[in-house]
Amino acid sequence: MDVNQMERRLVDYTASLFREGLLDDQFTQLQQLQDESNPDFVVEVVSVFFEDSERLLNDLGRTLDQQIVDFKKVHDHVHQLKGSSSSIGAQRVKNGCIAFRNFCEEHNIEGCLKCLQQVKQEYFLVKNKLESLFRLEQQILAAGGSIPMME
Amino acid sequence: MVNLFWFLSWMSYLHVLGFDLKTAHLFLALCCCILSEIPMNWFINGGFMEKRAGFLGYREKIWLKLWEKIPASGLKFHHYYQYIWSKKFPRKWWKNLLIAWVIGWIVVSSWLFWYMSYMVTERRKETLASMCDERARMLQDQFNVSMNHVQALSIVISTFHHGQNPSSIDQATFARYTERTAFERPLTSGVAYAVRVLHSEREQFEKQQGWTIKRMDTMEQTQVQEDDYAPETQDPSPVQEEYAPVIFAQDTISHVISIDMLSGKEDRENVLRARASGKGVLTAPFRLLKSKRLGVILTFAVYKLELPSNATPNERIQATDGYLGGVFDVESLVEKLLHQLASKQSIIVNVYDTTDTSHPISMYGSDEEVDHKMYHISTLNFGDPIRKHEMHCRFKQKPPWPWLAITTSIGVLVIALLLGHIFHATINRIAKVEDDYHKMMELKKRAETADVAKSQFLATVSHEIRTPMNGVLGMLQMLMDTDLDITQQDYVNTAQASGKALVSLINEVLDQAKIESGKLELEAVRFDLRAILDDVLSLFSGKSQDKGIELAMYISDRVPVTLIGDPGRFRQIITNLMGNSIKFTEKGHIFVTVHLVEEVINSIEVETDLSSKNTLSGLPVADRRRSWETFEKFSQDGHTCPQTFLSTSSELINLIVSVEDTGAGIPFEAQSRVFTPFMQVGPSMSRIHGGTGIGLSISKCLVGLMNGEIGFVSEPLVGSTFTFTAVFTNGCSNSNEHKNQKNHQSKCLSSEFHGMTALVVDPRPVRAKVTRYHLQRLGIQVEITSDLNEGFASMASGTAVINMVLVEKEVWDKDMDFSNCFVQKLRKTVQVNPSKLFLLANSISNTKNSSVKFGGYTPTIISKPLRASMLAASLQRAMGVGNKVNCHNRGLSILSLCNLLKGKRILVVDDNNVNLRVAAGALKKYGADVECAYSGKRAIELLRPPHHFDACFMDIQMPEMDGFEATMGIRKMEHDINSRIRHGEISLEAYGNILNWHVPILAMTADVIQATHEECLRCAILQDTVRCLNVYSVVPKSLKDKKKGPGFLLECCFLCMPCSVDKIKMMEEKGVMANTKSTQELAVEGLKHLEDTIEAAYQILSSMNEELCNPAFWSTTAVAHSSNGINADASDSSHHLETGGGALEESRLCYKSSVASLRAVLSAIPSTRKSKAYEASSTSTGSEPQADQAEIEKLEERVTKLKKELTDKNKHLKLLIDQLRDLITDISTWQSPCPV
Repeated sequence: MDVNQMERRLVDYTASLFREGLLDDQFTQLQQLQDESNPDFVVEVVSVFFEDSERLLNDLGRTLDQQIVDFKKVHDHVHQLKGSSSSIGAQRVKNGCIAFRNFCEEHNIEGCLKCLQQVKQEYFLVKNKLESLFRLEQQILAAGGSIPMME
Repeated sequence: MVNLFWFLSWMSYLHVLGFDLKTAHLFLALCCCILSEIPMNWFINGGFMEKRAGFLGYREKIWLKLWEKIPASGLKFHHYYQYIWSKKFPRKWWKNLLIAWVIGWIVVSSWLFWYMSYMVTERRKETLASMCDERARMLQDQFNVSMNHVQALSIVISTFHHGQNPSSIDQATFARYTERTAFERPLTSGVAYAVRVLHSEREQFEKQQGWTIKRMDTMEQTQVQEDDYAPETQDPSPVQEEYAPVIFAQDTISHVISIDMLSGKEDRENVLRARASGKGVLTAPFRLLKSKRLGVILTFAVYKLELPSNATPNERIQATDGYLGGVFDVESLVEKLLHQLASKQSIIVNVYDTTDTSHPISMYGSDEEVDHKMYHISTLNFGDPIRKHEMHCRFKQKPPWPWLAITTSIGVLVIALLLGHIFHATINRIAKVEDDYHKMMELKKRAETADVAKSQFLATVSHEIRTPMNGVLGMLQMLMDTDLDITQQDYVNTAQASGKALVSLINEVLDQAKIESGKLELEAVRFDLRAILDDVLSLFSGKSQDKGIELAMYISDRVPVTLIGDPGRFRQIITNLMGNSIKFTEKGHIFVTVHLVEEVINSIEVETDLSSKNTLSGLPVADRRRSWETFEKFSQDGHTCPQTFLSTSSELINLIVSVEDTGAGIPFEAQSRVFTPFMQVGPSMSRIHGGTGIGLSISKCLVGLMNGEIGFVSEPLVGSTFTFTAVFTNGCSNSNEHKNQKNHQSKCLSSEFHGMTALVVDPRPVRAKVTRYHLQRLGIQVEITSDLNEGFASMASGTAVINMVLVEKEVWDKDMDFSNCFVQKLRKTVQVNPSKLFLLANSISNTKNSSVKFGGYTPTIISKPLRASMLAASLQRAMGVGNKVNCHNRGLSILSLCNLLKGKRILVVDDNNVNLRVAAGALKKYGADVECAYSGKRAIELLRPPHHFDACFMDIQMPEMDGFEATMGIRKMEHDINSRIRHGEISLEAYGNILNWHVPILAMTADVIQATHEECLRCAILQDTVRCLNVYSVVPKSLKDKKKGPGFLLECCFLCMPCSVDKIKMMEEKGVMANTKSTQELAVEGLKHLEDTIEAAYQILSSMNEELCNPAFWSTTAVAHSSNGINADASDSSHHLETGGGALEESRLCYKSSVASLRAVLSAIPSTRKSKAYEASSTSTGSEPQADQAEIEKLEERVTKLKKELTDKNKHLKLLIDQLRDLITDISTWQSPCPV
């Protein structure tokens, strides 16, 4: 594939992510923090996000499975997840977390479980999308192109 | 009384239980109270309760205390009652008490009844007894009299019959004698004498008498039937041992002559007993012969010789001669007796012979049995010891009903029941009222919670709306920066204007909600009133210049420099009032005056000479004195008032602030609802002028919170004057300090003006006064003349040297030629440098044409509104340095940002990995050396002095140890180490030669509400939520636009700079304010900083000292950019930034030399049309930006080099400064041409 084509695809793809509300402005800002001195900043941060989130989601699943649910723990986990997702700009995960947190404050297990499913779904969605985005970027870089900045 | 016993018994019971004397006294008192029948049933019942309470053995102490006070004051009963009631005696108890009360009183009343009737009966009995005894005694006496006479008769017979022989008494004599002495024996119906005849003597006797002795028993049988009784028909007496035939008899009983008395059973017994005893003897009552009445016979024995009193019966029998018998008619006897007595009808008398107790023989009275048992028995003694007689008396009538007892007891019962009823009703009523009260309380609570919920909801929703609105506005801002056609531009503008209106409305609603929920608390911080008014004035200067309105302020000298109060809120009030004034004023002026209240009171006469014509702009105004007519402070007695103010003036400062305008005024019909929220003059008003009408109501609340009052006077088409008072605390504890501060202030403003004299040419005294006020703030002495001629004259003649001349532009424009002439004259005759001539102009546009007209020479124009700092700067420029100096540019700021951040070690603390990375990345981007910590504990470890960190960014919400806790830990640690260093416990060297460890800590949170600034202050975190806390949203956003991006970080780093510790301290102090301030105010503050720093920079440059390397210079740029930062992220306040822009614009005029830096500021405000145009023009000139960028970088390097050299204290300071100046000039020339 032609580098130009790939670049255009990347731009389109990124735009679609924003359009679908998967990502928000924060992600753009994150990208802007990346420069020559710190070329893998976004990937780094995002992978930290993936690690953290997976751990948190597993913890959440375990905590909610228990007989007596420790809502404080759940709340803390959700808060963390919300914080990191908003830092990343994973908007839909963040929104899911907000709803999740509300249910948690109500001590509503059913709502929590539902939210967990939803957040998980959103998370995997955004993970897939971001991974493919990074793959695309890698390809572009490998092909000698440059990554266009979003404006 | 029963109650009394009851209580006494209880009392003794309590005594047994060991209660002290007090209890006993109490109970006694209680009993007394009850007995005295105080008609306060609760009281009595209280006593009952007390008893029970005492019995149950709890609350004695309370009760004691309660009851001890009772004698002291009856008025407190109600209180106690409430107390008792509030103790929540169970309702059941009250019911039981009521029942006990009723039962008790029933018992009492029945007892009363019984007692009273008993008393009546007793009295009756007594009466009966006395009557009966009286009768018995009389009967007995009369009987005894009769008996004595019979006995006397017996002596007569013994003497005359037996004592003489022959007998001198025969039947006839006896009959006659007895007949004639019968009155002496009223009770005897007849007397007879029987002689003792032995059988041996019978015949002789019968012969002698001429009749035979007859027996009695047969006679007795027939006597009833036969009236014409004849003794001849009687049988002769059978043979007996002896006989006792009657020989003499009274005529009434002459039929018994010759009858043997011993033959009758009764009589025989009687006779035998009489002769044996020698006394009178009575027979049992029997029917008398012939008369058939009940009677008794009294028998006396007649003896032959005198017998000794102790003679034996046998001797007596032997000595017996005969027997004398008297017949007593008992019935008639008693009847006669009773007839003599009163009240004979009321009682019935019966007389009985009770010798045989089992069969008493009735002697008198009817035998009919009467039911009632009340009778009295009196014994009768008739002289016969064997015979016993009794008199029974009883009342004829039954006893009457005891009406008195009945009515009394029923009365008592009724009263008691009524009391019980009242009590019951009272209890019910109280219970009902209490229930109602609880219900009300419940409803009230619900209403309150609903209200609170409403307010909270409102606050939350408003807050929640504000956040996305900021996003919306930000986006609109960005949208405006993009290439838009005119229509789109228009749409966006409209959208943005609406958004801004919405946000400001929300802010107001938030304020209102806060006030309503009482959550609004005023702060007490030191502030400079004049500075605040300067700020507010600059805020409105743009608008006022647009409208051509003159804006002025005047603060009385007596108002202290520093006050303690809530500057933010004070500013809000002023802003509000001025905003209103500006809105409704099309021409004329707006004049803010601040005085002390006592000053105004004392100088009312001074105020009076300000005629309506003599105003700032010459237009008539509403009489402001009328606006405070309604104030309570003024309506008090005029004599006492000033004194009270004076007495408190040392500590409390009563300010009176008036905002006077020459606007449209408020229609009279609308004046009453001016302070009602959401009420505007008319529905069309909001459409024309915008606004919600909430501002004045908020202002009123705020004024109320400041212990002040607000009022206004308004005349349609003339103008309005709003006046309010507010109470503050004096910031300067004594007058010396006050003076010092004042000196200090003027010094820091412009020490070089001190002692100068200025001439102000102004025909209007009020305006001149304002000008003089501002000049005096700078330490300049002022002379005022009303026109140029006069001014010239005073200059020419004046002994004092006039250093500067300030001419009102109005005067100047009036006659240009003359003005020209004036300048010439000045130059020639007085040798006043024309550069020291200033024009005071109201708006910029006018200035231009006048300066154009004024060909040869352009006097410096000072645009209004006057402010001390601005005035000082203008004067400085004109008189001091004189040259153009450029000190700011954008390149420098970026450079300094990088310089400031480069190599700085910053610790970022966050438990969230991702956030940590992002924050670190952002900081690294600008060259900072970032270290990360995952927890508060780790942060404390890392920040244990000695460390090498220049600043710390701390997340507030962290598990285990949150940001506040961690900060407190760090502060405590630092404090410990600092004090130890000071005490020399540890060497200074080991701690990097730093005496005072205090690492700046910046809090980060996405949640602004949670980070309450009090908490932050407590922890001494540098609290500045709006600008630097919200790292996640602020940092990256700022970074987006490279031009303004550094703003935020720069500011952060500026704060982090160790060299600007003072600044940090200041910010910490202001942190209190910062939180409450809107971004708009922050922007204004930023601009003020800018001004201050510009001035400082000027001083630095002008004096050419080595202070050039002072970081204050660099902080100048920092501040400039900080305002950029604010503007960038606080798009909601761009409305105000427009006015802020106006202020900048005006500053630019003042500081022509600093045009470049201000351009940078302006260019950073894309919302202003000017910058828009500027950007358009700059982009239209081709690829200039890139070129600029490169150039900037180049310049940056040079400046860095310069700065380094400077800080190294290069000896070629002068040269370097020249270089620097050139450099700055270069930068300014690089800047696109100024539109001015």
